[in-house]
Amino acid sequence: MVKVFIYPSTSLILSDMVARYGHTPLSSAVAIRERIQTAGFESPPLQITPEEPKKGLKWAAVEVPSGVRGRMALYGPMIEACEAAIIIDDADFAFGCMGCARTNELITFLVRQKNIPKLDLFYPKSEEEGVKFVAAIKRFLAGLGGSK
Amino acid sequence: MTDYIPAQVGSVTKYVVVESFDVTPADLAARAYEISQGAMIKETCFGLVINGQPEEVDRLIAEIRSIDPDHIFIKDRGFPPGDSRRCRANLGGARPGYHGMEYEMTIIPYVSHGLEVLKNNDENKIAAPENPLAHRVLDISRLIKLIDAEES
Repeated sequence: MVKVFIYPSTSLILSDMVARYGHTPLSSAVAIRERIQTAGFESPPLQITPEEPKKGLKWAAVEVPSGVRGRMALYGPMIEACEAAIIIDDADFAFGCMGCARTNELITFLVRQKNIPKLDLFYPKSEEEGVKFVAAIKRFLAGLGGSK
Repeated sequence: MTDYIPAQVGSVTKYVVVESFDVTPADLAARAYEISQGAMIKETCFGLVINGQPEEVDRLIAEIRSIDPDHIFIKDRGFPPGDSRRCRANLGGARPGYHGMEYEMTIIPYVSHGLEVLKNNDENKIAAPENPLAHRVLDISRLIKLIDAEES
């Protein structure tokens, strides 16, 4: 099983596809679950404490807003741990009420800097594109080997 | 600062999203209740939320997915079902993550079609999709449209 970073990290489709074809998706839910299930100081809703922006300094400079650094404390370890990545380039919803455009740019930049197999895609807009989309993901994941 | 004592440590939560003409969330919930051995199952408008020990959740998920594999999609969730920090009953609106899921629900029918087609076809014989990183050349018909649209 290969650890596959998915972007957007909350994607239902990518998370399902990666798990369906026998690999481990690295999604934001897993990072949030770690925090939700770890004792510490009460910091609702996501249990992101003042420690997170400090941890984020590993991936973003001190003058970068704490929101970016705090988010990087979630995504940075996953980017370091991943052995492959699937990126959807037109995921506008990743910049929504809980998203951050600058963090998204930093995440895709860091993933692209890494020397790992990567697959870039657009969301399908028709059934024909859906077939190509699924086939591309299946080919990519089969090429990684070691599926469960 | 108040101490935080987590609940349900070691459990996992998964979303089961169904987008099918044949299977409803109620069908899935009935089947999940039949085979569940201690997992918490919550029926929602889009499918189920299942919480329990990892092995039990994995077993349930595998069983539920087999009902309609091309139309059932599963992903992890950080919070347990009904958590007051995330549940819309406390927030007064959809939880933030729902909007992303709602958007992807519009795309899932295309993905389901792709999964159905690939059951009987070799993925290596299907053309690659458009590469977002490729330099896109301006299409001649689009250039003509742009020239025509220009005000003189």
